[in-house]
Amino acid sequence: MRDLLLAPLPLTFEALFVFLLVASLVGRALARRRPEDATIRNANDRIRSWWAISVILAITFAFGTTATILLFALVSFWCLREFLSLTPTRLADHYALAAAFYLFLPLQFALLLWPWPGVFVIAIPVYGFLALPALSLVFGETDDFLQRVAKIQWALMLTVYALSHAPALLLLRFDDYPAGPFGLLAFLLLVTQGSDVAQYLAGKRFGRTPLAPRISPNKTREGLLYGGGAATVLGGALHGLTPFGFWGALAMAAVLVAAGALGGLVLSAVKRSLGAKDWGTMIEGHGGMLDRMDSLAFSAPLLFHLANYFWAV
Amino acid sequence: MILEAVLVGLTRFLVGGRAYWLGAQPTSRQRIYFANHRSNADTVVLWAALPPPLRRRTRPVAAQDYWAHGRLRRLFALDVLHAVLIDRGGGRDALDPLHEALAEGCSLIIFPEGGRGPGPAPLPFKSGLYHLALAHPGAQLVPVWLDDVGRALPKGVSIPIPVSTRALIGAPIAPDPGETRDAFLTRARDAVVALGLSLHPDLPVAPPEPPHA
Repeated sequence: MRDLLLAPLPLTFEALFVFLLVASLVGRALARRRPEDATIRNANDRIRSWWAISVILAITFAFGTTATILLFALVSFWCLREFLSLTPTRLADHYALAAAFYLFLPLQFALLLWPWPGVFVIAIPVYGFLALPALSLVFGETDDFLQRVAKIQWALMLTVYALSHAPALLLLRFDDYPAGPFGLLAFLLLVTQGSDVAQYLAGKRFGRTPLAPRISPNKTREGLLYGGGAATVLGGALHGLTPFGFWGALAMAAVLVAAGALGGLVLSAVKRSLGAKDWGTMIEGHGGMLDRMDSLAFSAPLLFHLANYFWAV
Repeated sequence: MILEAVLVGLTRFLVGGRAYWLGAQPTSRQRIYFANHRSNADTVVLWAALPPPLRRRTRPVAAQDYWAHGRLRRLFALDVLHAVLIDRGGGRDALDPLHEALAEGCSLIIFPEGGRGPGPAPLPFKSGLYHLALAHPGAQLVPVWLDDVGRALPKGVSIPIPVSTRALIGAPIAPDPGETRDAFLTRARDAVVALGLSLHPDLPVAPPEPPHA
């Protein structure tokens, strides 16, 4: 029992829950002192959401690979729904959209369970790329054809293809890797989401210089520097979850932080071009599901490919 | 009960359909919810958006020619939605089942355009709403804007796609003493359009021209 609790992955979850407990207690104390403060209320909403997300992840991990793939398929579904709800689409795209939801999304995650691992990497970029514009022909509508086709393909690449690389980490095999495949997924989630949280906190505390005022007015250089730095150090500290060793984990965490920050900015720009502030209202304090997943969509494929290229057997 | 949970669960999962109570609270008062109509899914989305106790005493008014067609659709219309089926071409006494349902104390969901319009702006309202309002002054008339349901299941296709839809529920209206039928119907339509304008400032306000006018 003692060995089980001290293995890298369970220990990480225990540390996470202790951290959330401290955060909840601090948040409650702050809310009591300043009950009217909107920032504190939002922070407490976010802490509650993190509790829910962490508990759901811990339970799903315990159920194993298939359950985890299914969970990410669901997350992907909600992200795609949020993305396409904000994106203007037309009746003429109805069957292409139906194929994106009912064919390519389930196919992508089912292929993770397929014994031939190469297929999930090409399903959407090759078969989706060719099939979806063909389906957009059904109504014979040529107005804005290229824009319509591009929107659907981009949405699918981002919310389904890119996000599916998070559970795809479970397929990689490494020599001398005691934490097991779930360790690497936990590493990805903790560093990417930890970076978002640390940047938010550092931005609130030290933020002065806007990073990209027209794209994302709340992000600051100080937030990115200190928060991203903290997340990189966190990644180094979590090297026990990875097969990379300390310096490898530190470097990989830096890549994930950079990719995640760019993901957040790109998705902010998309959101703004569509005239919205949040992708949805699903997660208390955060906005929509895609507001939480934007950085992960950019960091997950990078971790998958770099780990696969340099370390996997 | 199980079928109701299945239908509501599926609706939430695919198209969301969250209710925003902007001008009225979800109370047990007798009401006639009237909404814009672009999709065959409108009925289910608005019905599923209501909290369960209200949902069970709110009956959607649905066209017999669509909902009584096919065994499964009929089962859902009659046993799950408890729809009041009406004959669209039936003239004045087509409203009789509605008067009956209101007299029994039920609330109703109606689509006063009398059919699904071609664009986002609602068609001119038919007079049924006015007659119901005069005959049942105890029932509150509550405007509803159903947003994006027409994208999830547009006219002419049979597979819905997942799009987050919303039901915006506005402030009740009532015919003023001396107000003409047409003035009231225009005002009722304006109340629905105003809710839509709060989401889409560029929504065309004027009703679409009938094709053969």
